[in-house]
Amino acid sequence: MSTTIDHLEKAFSDAERKRRLYTALFLGATVFVMAGGFTIAEDMNSGGFIDGLSQFLDYPSDIVVESFEEGWTWWPMLLEFAPALIETINMAAVGTILGGVFALVLAFCSTRGLGVWPPLVPICRRMMDGARAFPELILALFLIFILGASPVPAIIAVAFHTAGALGKLFSEVNENIDRGPLEGLTATGATWFQRMRFGVLPQVLPNYTSYLLLRFEINIRASAILGFVGAGGIGAELRKAIGWSQGAETAALFMLLFAAIVAIDQASSYLRRRVTGDAAFQTA
Amino acid sequence: MLDFRSVTKRFGSVTAVDRVTFSVPTGQMLGIIGRSGAGKSTLLKMTNRLSAPSNGEISWDGRSVSALKGRDLLAWRAECAMIFQQFNLVPRLDVLTNVMLGRLNGMGTVKSLFKLFSEADRRAALVALDRLDIAQTALQQAGTLSGGQQQRVAIARALVQQPKIILADEPIASLDPLNAKLVMDALKRINREEGITVISNLHTLDTARQYCERIVGMSQGAVVFEGGPDDLTTDAARAIYGAGEEFDEAATSTSIDGRPSPEAPAEPARETPKVVGL
Repeated sequence: MSTTIDHLEKAFSDAERKRRLYTALFLGATVFVMAGGFTIAEDMNSGGFIDGLSQFLDYPSDIVVESFEEGWTWWPMLLEFAPALIETINMAAVGTILGGVFALVLAFCSTRGLGVWPPLVPICRRMMDGARAFPELILALFLIFILGASPVPAIIAVAFHTAGALGKLFSEVNENIDRGPLEGLTATGATWFQRMRFGVLPQVLPNYTSYLLLRFEINIRASAILGFVGAGGIGAELRKAIGWSQGAETAALFMLLFAAIVAIDQASSYLRRRVTGDAAFQTA
Repeated sequence: MLDFRSVTKRFGSVTAVDRVTFSVPTGQMLGIIGRSGAGKSTLLKMTNRLSAPSNGEISWDGRSVSALKGRDLLAWRAECAMIFQQFNLVPRLDVLTNVMLGRLNGMGTVKSLFKLFSEADRRAALVALDRLDIAQTALQQAGTLSGGQQQRVAIARALVQQPKIILADEPIASLDPLNAKLVMDALKRINREEGITVISNLHTLDTARQYCERIVGMSQGAVVFEGGPDDLTTDAARAIYGAGEEFDEAATSTSIDGRPSPEAPAEPARETPKVVGL
């Protein structure tokens, strides 16, 4: 009896020793790769990481200092750049709505169990994967090359990416619905379209709204970046301000972007409450 | 007359409904009883054509409905309304809209997209709600109503379909005794006043005896009993449920007055308290 226990104890401690050895080797390898990678990067950089670290806060502080030096004339800049912000928000809005419509169609076609032609499901899923695979920036650069610098390429790029990203989220919402209402509607002799309209849409609309608004917020940021590569709007202004080291202007532009994101966040929660209705807060 | 001829439904290797043959005269109120899994729900779903039989034929007034497709299939579902244990309303829509959904069959796609129900549809829905004494809830969200109210909304939705048959799949299984009585009374009244054939799956034998003119018992997919309420004796019920002497329907009875029914043999009073599952 005791020999069995001795045997087991030995086997266990052997295994334990082996496991610790592997852990140590793994940790050693990690440290080696990190250190090696860091020295290589340090050699290749024009500046040094350690030297640069001390200058890390120089740029932000320059911007703030310059804004303060500007004094009261800083505030009118917000107004001056407002049209650029509106252009960017416009690009994002059109792109989000266009992409949202495609996302809606793709989501319904890619949800199993809603009664769509089964082979359509993987086809639509791959289409959405494709739409998500291309970063907006690459697509916009490509389209600007063909269509010239204007908001249109940015809108197409944003819409394309949004269709894939939102479509996936929408179809996940669709998969989690309660199927009772659908069965009830089928039993009344409703067509497929009517079943989707009354059995699915009322259930998923609140989540759709919140995902759509979240995507709108993301798309504002994306549109601002696309301005850097020639799509106009607040991105173009930012590029100018940063390029010409105009600290006060840069600060004003960041301020505007921040305010826009906050405003949309607030509107989003308000709208979601409206769509969800009071009932959601009354019933247990 | 609704005719089932050798109706069979198989799911893989499992036979859920096995060569069921019987007919239901127009205007009858029929109860189907049997254990869970006996094939009662599957039979009703095949009748409404939520699913298709694997074999056999279901026909209504001589017209086969088991092979319908496309528009004809949708029209048949509208003629053969169905209510469910879990009500299957759209909880986030108001009661009135839920009832009007019974009118979707034959309504155009664009009209349904924008919820453009006609004046007549709204009127019919309100009349149906009023008949079931719940017109005052018309503007509430359906999900906020009690179970009994929701089931009556579902019956109102069935009514505006102007059906020839109403199928009820365990309509009172998740309701308290008082609401169960309201729902069964409503079904009985519709059956009597409109001459609509009602077929109801039931779990409680006293309900079946009290409300149904005829009772069909199913076991393992097959019909094993057919008869009037008086024929459903305790022995007959034991045979349907495959139960022995321990079977005591008073323990599961939900009737308000506590007596299964005058027809049932009186149970000797017991001293030991019964354990009632919550």
